[in-house]
Amino acid sequence: MQASDRFNINSQLEHLQAKYVGTGHADLNRFEWAVNIQRDSYASYVGHYPILAYFAIAENESIGRERYNFMQKMLLPCGLPPEREDD
Amino acid sequence: MDPEIAKTQEERRKMEQQLASMNSLTFDTDLYGGNDRDSYVTSIPVNEDEDNLDSLMDNEVARKLASYTAPKSLLKEMPRGSDESDDVSGFKKPQRIIDREDDYRKRRLNRVISPERHDAFAAGEKTPDPSVRTYADVMREEALKREKEETLKLIAKKKKQQQEEEEAAPEKPPADSSAAAAAAPKRRNRWDQSQDEGGAGAAAKKAKTSSTSDWDLPDTTPGRWDATPTPGRLGDATPSASVGRRNRWDETPTPGRVVDSDATPAAGGVTPGATPAGMTWDATPKLSGLATPTPKKQRSRWDETPATMGSATPMAGATPAAVTPGVTPVGGLDLATPTPGAINLRGAITPEQYNLLRWEKDIEDRNRPLTDEELDAMFPQEGYKILDPPASYVPIRTPARKLLATPTPMGTPLYAIPEENRGQQFDVPKEAPGGLPFMKPEDYQYFGALLNEEEEEKMTSDELKERKIMKLLLKVKNGTPPQRKTALRQLTDKAREFGAGPLFNRILPLLMQPTLEDQERHLLVKVIDRVLYKLDELVRPYVHKILVVIEPLLIDEDYYARVEGREIISNLSKAAGLATMIAAMRPDIDNIDEYVRNTTARAFSVVASALGIPALLPFLKAVCQSKKSWQARHTGIKIVQQIAILIGCAVLPHLRSLVEIIEHGLLDENQKVRTITALSLAALAEAAAPYGIESFDSVLKPLWKGIRSHRGKVLAAFLKAIGFIIPLMDALYASYYTKEVMVILIREFQSPDEEMKKIVLKVVKQCVSTEGVEADYIRSDILPEFFRNFWVRRMALDRRNYRQLVDTTVEIANKTGVADIVGRIVEDLKDESEPYRRMVMETIEKVVTNLGASDIDARLEELLIDGILYAFQEQTSDDANVMLNGFGAVVNALGQRVKPYLPQICGTIKWRLNNKSAKVRQQAADLISRIAVVMKQCQEEQLMGHLGVVLYEYLGEEYPEVLGSILGALKAIVNVIGMTKMTPPIKDLLPRLTPILKNRHEKVQENCIDLVGRIADRGAEFVPAREWMRICFELLEMLKAHKKGIRRATVNTFGYIAKAIGPQDVLATLLNNLKVQERQNRVCTTVAIAIVAETCSPFTVLPALMNEYRVPELNVQNGVLKSLSFLFEYIGEMGKDYIYAVTPLLEDALMDRDLVHRQTAASAVKHMALGVAGLGCEDALVHLLNYVWPNIFETSPHVINAVMEAIEGMRVALGAAIVLNYCLQGLFHPARKVREVYWKIYNSLYIGAQDALVAAYPTLEDEQNNVYSRPELMMFV
Repeated sequence: MQASDRFNINSQLEHLQAKYVGTGHADLNRFEWAVNIQRDSYASYVGHYPILAYFAIAENESIGRERYNFMQKMLLPCGLPPEREDD
Repeated sequence: MDPEIAKTQEERRKMEQQLASMNSLTFDTDLYGGNDRDSYVTSIPVNEDEDNLDSLMDNEVARKLASYTAPKSLLKEMPRGSDESDDVSGFKKPQRIIDREDDYRKRRLNRVISPERHDAFAAGEKTPDPSVRTYADVMREEALKREKEETLKLIAKKKKQQQEEEEAAPEKPPADSSAAAAAAPKRRNRWDQSQDEGGAGAAAKKAKTSSTSDWDLPDTTPGRWDATPTPGRLGDATPSASVGRRNRWDETPTPGRVVDSDATPAAGGVTPGATPAGMTWDATPKLSGLATPTPKKQRSRWDETPATMGSATPMAGATPAAVTPGVTPVGGLDLATPTPGAINLRGAITPEQYNLLRWEKDIEDRNRPLTDEELDAMFPQEGYKILDPPASYVPIRTPARKLLATPTPMGTPLYAIPEENRGQQFDVPKEAPGGLPFMKPEDYQYFGALLNEEEEEKMTSDELKERKIMKLLLKVKNGTPPQRKTALRQLTDKAREFGAGPLFNRILPLLMQPTLEDQERHLLVKVIDRVLYKLDELVRPYVHKILVVIEPLLIDEDYYARVEGREIISNLSKAAGLATMIAAMRPDIDNIDEYVRNTTARAFSVVASALGIPALLPFLKAVCQSKKSWQARHTGIKIVQQIAILIGCAVLPHLRSLVEIIEHGLLDENQKVRTITALSLAALAEAAAPYGIESFDSVLKPLWKGIRSHRGKVLAAFLKAIGFIIPLMDALYASYYTKEVMVILIREFQSPDEEMKKIVLKVVKQCVSTEGVEADYIRSDILPEFFRNFWVRRMALDRRNYRQLVDTTVEIANKTGVADIVGRIVEDLKDESEPYRRMVMETIEKVVTNLGASDIDARLEELLIDGILYAFQEQTSDDANVMLNGFGAVVNALGQRVKPYLPQICGTIKWRLNNKSAKVRQQAADLISRIAVVMKQCQEEQLMGHLGVVLYEYLGEEYPEVLGSILGALKAIVNVIGMTKMTPPIKDLLPRLTPILKNRHEKVQENCIDLVGRIADRGAEFVPAREWMRICFELLEMLKAHKKGIRRATVNTFGYIAKAIGPQDVLATLLNNLKVQERQNRVCTTVAIAIVAETCSPFTVLPALMNEYRVPELNVQNGVLKSLSFLFEYIGEMGKDYIYAVTPLLEDALMDRDLVHRQTAASAVKHMALGVAGLGCEDALVHLLNYVWPNIFETSPHVINAVMEAIEGMRVALGAAIVLNYCLQGLFHPARKVREVYWKIYNSLYIGAQDALVAAYPTLEDEQNNVYSRPELMMFV
């Protein structure tokens, strides 16, 4: 980053973006991005009642159970993080 | 403002808006003030830097010169004030904090940065090392200090007694003493006379007439001292005075005192001229005047007002000489001279004196006990035996000696022979090595060590560390922004490595520097804040040190300084923990200095809000019940008050416990404690309002008893508390208690004390506004006394009284109605005192505005109008427009009932329009615009027409302020009677206005353009097209106005004119204007083009505009693109019909080599996309996105900004999924630079449409342990 970049509006933009959990950066790896995607997806399922109802019918579960399951899955949506090669 | 005026204005505004937006929904944020003006580019920079400079200068000058009128070229050339040019060159006028501080705030410099203390947490179970200061040590010291204070007080008292005795028995001493005492000045004259004979004629004659004699006058005869070589000379001359003096000097055994009384005369008297110091004696006899023991009468100068001494002698020795290195510290001896003794310490202190104090401390330094090493070096190794100290021996630990631990700000006290340094240039400050920023002279004492680099190799690691800290601090303090930023970051990052001790030992003395400026303090405080965060629990030993320098910020007059101080203390308490904070601040709670207690109380309140009130409650309770000293109780209760003020309604959960803690203070034996308790209760009640009355139950009784038994200040405080508690009560109780307290209040109505008056008024206001208090009661019991005591001329003279009285009366009127109040004061409109009349008028205005005039009967109405006319005509100065506002408010409130008086009012106005004084004319014109609506209501159209003609005749007015008001009045008349009925007819009026448009005064411009715009809107047909074209040309200039209102009115007027005479001619003018060199002019023109396109539909404008793009000239092409950008912004969804037409043009622009082309085109695309979102233009937009996308790697901030916004626009118009697909290709690109950009786009996409992305994410394949697929999305019913 250049010295001049540090003070302009774009740097503020990035700072603003960094405040949100789901945003990414150049060093994000496949796993981390996938975790974000999964969590966002589950949050979306839980947030939209019709979708939740649709899943409930498809899985033959109660809506409450579905919601509970999704929330539980948000904990470790992709399983444990893979071992890092470098450290 | 009157509701009717407001209503008409509202209507007008609505209408204007309707017309302005005609068939679109959006507004130009540039003109109407969007909130993110900075975020997009409003300019077409060709050669960016030059232009920016230009506009910068324009703005600055224009703001200052708003009222000047001259051609622009002249304005630009005009030499600007020195401060401004300083600003440009980076040398701002120093804004030293100390310069704006009052004596009380300056007392912060009295405080000593205490050495670090024992950290019980870090030490664990270990017994603290005796060399470390523990809590017990500090407490003991405080107790000692208090005792010393008491003793000093006793001594002072005794001396006073003695003095009184001496004065009572003046006959006792030797015969000539009474004569000598009375004729002390005369005696001096004798000396002068003898000198006179010796040959210094004129000076002595002068001296004879002045009572202070020549001691204080600058004296140029060096022979004087030679003539009287005996040091005891004065003593001999005034033996009686010297007796008294002797006593005094002997009684105060402070070393400093002894030194100065003896040393100075010796230095001056014995060897005059021989030492270099003698030069100063000769050159500056003022100091010698001070140093000479003065006769008894002037003694008070020594004891009471040390401040005058310091400020009266701005000696060379006092400041720069001691500070600048290289210059021999000549002032050394002089400095030591007027050392203020211990008693003086309590007065206010100037920075110069502060320096003196430090010198004194250094002297103590030199007299410190010898250490074992030193003793070893002095004595032979054998023949001595080291004995153990006796068991009962306790080492003395006075804070002054302890100060050894902190670095002394001045290296060598007194005069030391400087080491020879031939390379030194004495008059030029040495250039700072290694890219360090410039050092100010006063910085040398802190950073001087950085200047000699030679020793760097020999330094130990600790010294190197300190040097590093100093360098960084200097960069933070004096460096350029980038330097400052990196230094700040380094300090933060390495904070733990540097360690708390070295850091704070460097930072805190800087903050105590007497010459500190606001900006510097802000930066240093910022350093502390950052460092605190890093150091965390390591700060514990330094908490008190930090508090000493930060607490003064809490009472700074600058709001931001106060906030900053609160933030630091709150962070500090979070880092150090409650126990440490209490241990650090407890000793200050009963400090002898009120200043220390005051700031400590405020700091404690911040701690309470940071760590929660419950945590602090037990401690507060203990402090408030302290039996040892009233100061502790006082401070404890004050802490509660400050908590209430600081956290407001958040006290509610703890209200009861807080009240319980302080309630006993109401019955305290000390009056100050009782007062502060009542004030704290008032603060609590104010913070809790309107809840929490039940918490105050327990204090009601003592409060009520109190108001019966107390007088003066205490009573005022009690009344204040009651005043704040009554509004919390329910109606029944409030009414009862009001009646109870009213007796006292009415008694105190007569109090001559100003403070009491203010409080009584405030309490009356609060009581009256509570629900349960009946109007009848107020009328019968309060009003007569109230008006008799308060509605007097004297009250109008003090501004605060004035305000309070008006507020209270308005509050009473809200209960009792208009007629009661106005009836009582209306006669006073004819009072002979103008300030009083003004107060009456303001009250009537507020009452009538609040409650209307329906209560006013015919008789009162007559009196009122009569009084107002009288007051209006008799006014001599009215800066706040009170009379004008009052007149307007009453006339508007009375409405149609004014009709009979209108001829008279208009007569007055006409007469005053002809007045010699510009102010009077202006006011008359302003009055017309205020009452125009009412005149219309009264069907006085003929009268208005007449006034219109009169105003028309005055359009030649030369004072711009007045001309502006006249135009405003004309506008008001045109607005209410309409274009057709207007006299003079519009076709005569408008040609008269055209030349006025050239006027550069803001008020004239604004009113004129408003009037012209109104005519263009409603009555364009009355004026020939040629005249409108002429006006168009004038308007181009007005687009540059600095006031937003003028620009807005101008572009609107362009729209109206274009509508009236067709867009072709106007457009031709505007397009031609794109070719001009001046950037600002071009920008304004593009706005105007867009406005014309908006009012006359885009299809009338677009062909010509797009044709203009073919001109092979950068400015013109950019102007066209800019117009398109504004155009699509204004027309919003209408854009869907034109998007295909302009797409080829935008394609071309987005592929242009010129950056600005691409930037402007991108912002046009953004507006277009946002306008047509959801209207089925996706094909064109995707096409444009393909042209926009390659620009994402641009680095110029303006361009990349425009491109990112265009992509955001596309996200809205095309949906997040499509943009995500563009994004995916680069998120995991091998090149980091590429990834960074793509992730940035992804992030803004994500924030904008997180939910929408869920459906569009790519399918990731599972890996061995990890599941990446989203099977839920595959479900199908």
